[in-house]
Amino acid sequence: MTSGEAIKSRIKAAGARPSLPGREVLVEPSRGWPSLRVRELWEFRELLYFLAWRDVKIRYRQTVLGVAWAILQPLLTTIMFWLLFGRLAGIKSDGIPYPVFAFAALMLWSFFSNAVTASSNSLVGSSNLITKVYFPRMIIPIAAVGAGLIDLIITLPLLVVMSLYYGVVLRWTISIVPVLILLTTLLAVGVGIGLSALNVRYRDVRFALPFVVQLWMFASPIIYPASMLPTRWRWLWRFNPLAGIIENFRAALFGRQFDWVALAVSALITMGVLVYSAFAFRRVEKSFADII
Amino acid sequence: MNPIIRAEDLSKAYHLGVAQGSYSTLRESFMATVRAPFRRRRGGQGKDRTVWALKDVSFEVLPGEVLGIIGRNGAGKSTLLKILSRITEPTTGRARIRGRVGSLLEVGTGFHPELTGRENISLNAAVLGMKRSEVALKFDEIVAFAEVERFMDTPVKHYSTGMYMRLAFAVAAFVEPEILLIDEVLAVGDAEFQKKCLGKMGEVSRDGRTILFVTHNMTAVKSLCSRAMWLDGGRIVNAGETEEVVNDYLQNGAPVTLEQEWNDKESAPGDDKVRLHRVSITALGQAADEPITVKTAIELNAAFWNYLPGAFLSFSIVLCNRDGVAIFNTGSGGRSFPEGLVRGSFVIPGDFLNDDIYTIRLLLVQDSGVILLDLHDLVVFEVHDTERQSQWYGKWIGAVRPTFKWEVRVDEPSGEL
Repeated sequence: MTSGEAIKSRIKAAGARPSLPGREVLVEPSRGWPSLRVRELWEFRELLYFLAWRDVKIRYRQTVLGVAWAILQPLLTTIMFWLLFGRLAGIKSDGIPYPVFAFAALMLWSFFSNAVTASSNSLVGSSNLITKVYFPRMIIPIAAVGAGLIDLIITLPLLVVMSLYYGVVLRWTISIVPVLILLTTLLAVGVGIGLSALNVRYRDVRFALPFVVQLWMFASPIIYPASMLPTRWRWLWRFNPLAGIIENFRAALFGRQFDWVALAVSALITMGVLVYSAFAFRRVEKSFADII
Repeated sequence: MNPIIRAEDLSKAYHLGVAQGSYSTLRESFMATVRAPFRRRRGGQGKDRTVWALKDVSFEVLPGEVLGIIGRNGAGKSTLLKILSRITEPTTGRARIRGRVGSLLEVGTGFHPELTGRENISLNAAVLGMKRSEVALKFDEIVAFAEVERFMDTPVKHYSTGMYMRLAFAVAAFVEPEILLIDEVLAVGDAEFQKKCLGKMGEVSRDGRTILFVTHNMTAVKSLCSRAMWLDGGRIVNAGETEEVVNDYLQNGAPVTLEQEWNDKESAPGDDKVRLHRVSITALGQAADEPITVKTAIELNAAFWNYLPGAFLSFSIVLCNRDGVAIFNTGSGGRSFPEGLVRGSFVIPGDFLNDDIYTIRLLLVQDSGVILLDLHDLVVFEVHDTERQSQWYGKWIGAVRPTFKWEVRVDEPSGEL
């Protein structure tokens, strides 16, 4: 009897027995429609926290200005846009002082674009983890978004200071801000996990992304107000989920009319992107370790 | 006792030629779709080749067992560990695993050079699946085991390799999963630390935990493992008692060609000037079926037919190791031969080569400069490690491993130390 048969017969002899207590894992090829396995993600929440924390720690290591860069990046962009679009091009800003008008949007936008970029490249950058240890791969792109969220929170007080300086009175409407930030985060996660998975197979993503991000910025009401768009095209503009978020973010800060339709469309599209990306990710993640 | 791991017909296929190794681009996929819209992508381009890294592997591991997995490079050992640790999916088959699996496929996974030792412990422990509360409990032990107390707040990029490895192994050693998968980690660190790691492994297995241990180091397998499994070409060749499997592997598993002979003067390698007749190596002073070890003296024999009467000819032999590094080149020295069969031989002494796989390249040279014949990989043989007296089982450093006669003495004992 060859050893292979011996081993097989041992398995047969073992027969059916009641399984012992303890966690049993079944390793086998996955087929059919994948499950999202949200519970497993929850079990690994500490790893998510640690990966985000690592990103934050490392990002400003060996910089002189350190975490001040989190504030400086949107601030410098604001100054640039203010001079270029506010002063030179004379873009109207719905009666809101242009610097604070632009800064509010840029804050959200910096977070979103940085998060999507970092998230998209996160899997490829973590190949040594992916080929060596098991954990739900989705943790990696989510953690990249989480790390960006810290920067956004650091920038919030500056927005308040700027608003006060420009004589903007903050109202109870700002209580919707956390919801808008949550929506932006979910959108970044949705886009991020989708693109990061695509990036594992097609490294074109890394090169195409900067252009897509730039295009997206101009398609969003950041340097201009939505009111500048021709009424005929308003409906189209609402399909950009970020547009509804940013417009309502400004409305909340500066006490303007909320655009509930735009917000509802944003929320729907965000959830759609998130669910689709998550399923797509689960479908392809099993091949990551083999092709990364 | 119920098995803690039960693998049934595990197989893993890799597709070469499609996306394996190099990644594809969007354009390629797009163009392929345009050209043949209804063809399935995978394997559709004709140059696809399926390679089975693992084929129908079934085995059981009982709780508390230490299973050594041996075999040549590319035998499927690492693939098996990757499947069991769920890094990659099997193509077919299944494995039931009861308990938490910790893998030590490479120490220091997730370490970041910019973070301090303290920060890396937290991060690495989280990567390996340890809860924060567990880390807090074991933190001091980990630090003490790694012997890096003084550098806990220094970024690990400033660590020496030894310190880095010690810290990395320490974290992994304290994860305490029910099943530990280890891939050749004993190759790291100094002798003292290796001893400590082996001690830790022994401790882990005495605690009733299960270890799967992949290595090329037969000495370590023999001393640590209760059972062994020999894989080759993705299949199990032999599995069972360590001693028996290791000996079987040593005698039959090495990819050896100890001799090559050509008897037909027309087809033998060469031309109308010289043709090779045979090349062989023989272990001296031991039975033919005994493995060649670092202690064995090896005789090399070569013979060629000379069709150049009076030509000034010489043998030149190059010995290369597994990495293709030339260990030495030795020449027979030239002289004139009449037409006919010319034989040459020399002996590589014992206690000279390291444990490795060696290949022989042979050149026939005319007038000390004109190469008439140059053949690679004529003979392939493996030199095995012997059992050592010391506690150290690591790979012996160096391309060769000569034993020199040491003189050790104490000069002028002063008594003031």
